Amino acid sequence: MEILGIPLQAFLGQLMLGLVNGSFYAMLSLGLAVIFGLLGIVNFAHGALYMLGAYVAWLSLEKFGLNYWAALVLAPLVVGALGIVIERTLLKRLYKVDPIYGLLLTFGLALIAEGVLRDQFGVSGQQYPVPEALQGATDLGFMILPNYRAWVIVASLTVCFGTWFVIERTRLGSYLRAGTENPSLVQAFGVNVPAMVALTYAAGAGLAALAGVLAAPVIQITPLMGANLIIVVFAVVVIGGMGSILGAILTGLVLGVVEGLTKVFYPEASNIVVFVIMAIVLMLRPAGLFGKEK
Amino acid sequence: MDRERLARFGWALGLLVLLLAPWLGIYPIFVMKALCFAIFACAFNLLLGYTGLLSFGHAAYFAAAAYSTGWLVRSAGWSPELGLVAGTLIAAAVGLVVGLIAIRRQGIYFAMVTLALAQMVYFVFLQAPFTGGEDGLQGVPRGHLFGVLSLADDRVMYYLVLAVFVAVFAAIIRIVHSPFGQVLKAIRENEPRAVSLGYAVDRYKLLAFVLSTAIAGLAGALKTLVLGFATLSDAHWSLSGEVVLMTLLGGMGTFAGPVIGAFTIIGLQNFLADRVGSWVTVIIGGIFVACVVAFRRGFVGEALAWMQRRKLERAAAGG
Repeated sequence: MEILGIPLQAFLGQLMLGLVNGSFYAMLSLGLAVIFGLLGIVNFAHGALYMLGAYVAWLSLEKFGLNYWAALVLAPLVVGALGIVIERTLLKRLYKVDPIYGLLLTFGLALIAEGVLRDQFGVSGQQYPVPEALQGATDLGFMILPNYRAWVIVASLTVCFGTWFVIERTRLGSYLRAGTENPSLVQAFGVNVPAMVALTYAAGAGLAALAGVLAAPVIQITPLMGANLIIVVFAVVVIGGMGSILGAILTGLVLGVVEGLTKVFYPEASNIVVFVIMAIVLMLRPAGLFGKEK
Repeated sequence: MDRERLARFGWALGLLVLLLAPWLGIYPIFVMKALCFAIFACAFNLLLGYTGLLSFGHAAYFAAAAYSTGWLVRSAGWSPELGLVAGTLIAAAVGLVVGLIAIRRQGIYFAMVTLALAQMVYFVFLQAPFTGGEDGLQGVPRGHLFGVLSLADDRVMYYLVLAVFVAVFAAIIRIVHSPFGQVLKAIRENEPRAVSLGYAVDRYKLLAFVLSTAIAGLAGALKTLVLGFATLSDAHWSLSGEVVLMTLLGGMGTFAGPVIGAFTIIGLQNFLADRVGSWVTVIIGGIFVACVVAFRRGFVGEALAWMQRRKLERAAAGG
């Protein structure tokens, strides 16, 4: 069977890869949206935090023999703790100045993280094995589905919609949103706003690290893996419009799929298709697909 | 000494050092490279410092000119001066296209859009047939200026670079002090008010953007002639970050700041390259963090603020 001259197997395979990439885009742009929405910081270090998550997983296996499932818990905690340190020592100084400085500061942090890891582990890629329980593939009749890829998609969608639920539908989420609108009023209600803000950045950093662990078995782990991804994720954010969490998730998934399909039909354009879409969306809707016009 | 006279004295001294540099035993290729990046940083500063637009993709225009000048001079046999002009115009054309799209968003979004579009330019250079892919465009000859002066001599090349630098520097001072430049500053200070005064703000921003990308292109074209190659690192976003750092470190919104910043960063890179390996990135990142947290006005900005404070103190003591 063929679709537009492409064998069905190849088509579905790329669709699957696109969904996997889309899950990473969704998780990362979601973290960016949470941090930007609540702290007003454009977190250029997000890619570096994702990369650190993958390295924590790899190191905990190499040095301490900790398995994948332990890394899945450990990496977000370690990187989240680092996030608290960053927020308390550096970012908190920038809330009152132009958001451009937040972007520049986190850019500097990303350079530092990249340089240190390059010095420690070199630029060549590290491999992380697929955990035993998720090895192999399932035959769905019309395609062979690798179990690990299916797990990545299910796990990241669960995390994404879980985050969306917490922020949009729970009391904690309403505190968070109120805290950005009017911090002093929320503080007067007895909520510790600075702690809440620090934990929010930690949560965003943890989300990025979690994406890093999920990605570790399907990619090469290198110090540059985050730097290359973050720019695509920025484009995703611009296309989706930064105000909306659901927008970040959906745009991420859809663009991953679009990129995957471009690889099938016109491979040369697959690297730039996201940026082309961004240009078109900006011409038609300057605030992005889900953004609100100011 | 008052500020005006001190500034004039500083500029005269700087120019004298630059004029004499090849005779003082300073490695001319280094100064030429630093001057090219100083032009690049001045172009960037015209946009960030005087118009308030943070472009995070300025490497794209630098590279667009670096590659097109390199290709025209090497493969099409153009003369170096025509190559420079063509590279500058091509960078401006790319800048016009990006500007038309990016001007639609403001502030932080503008930064992200310019970054993303610059990444698109990067992939074009990575894949296009004439760019040499990962190897870049190698072996660009310097040729003869106006068909007579051989640029193969480092000293001749040096004075060409210096002449271009001085011309660009003077042009930027002229632009900033012109009525056009005053409108740009008004937009930077308070965009809604500039709109309410009846200025076509978007058109001013676009013109400033194209001017800045053209000058950035001139810097890239000149760099290709000096070093004889254009590579993917000219187009990479880390170069876009470096030019932000040069401007920030020297002092954005000042004339001398970007020049001092460019010489500092290029000097640091040259000095550190074979001494510390990967730690260059860490050090550059650390400078970035320190600038943003503690040193937001940069060298020149802090110095000006210090002189201002002293003047006020003295006036208070005297009165």
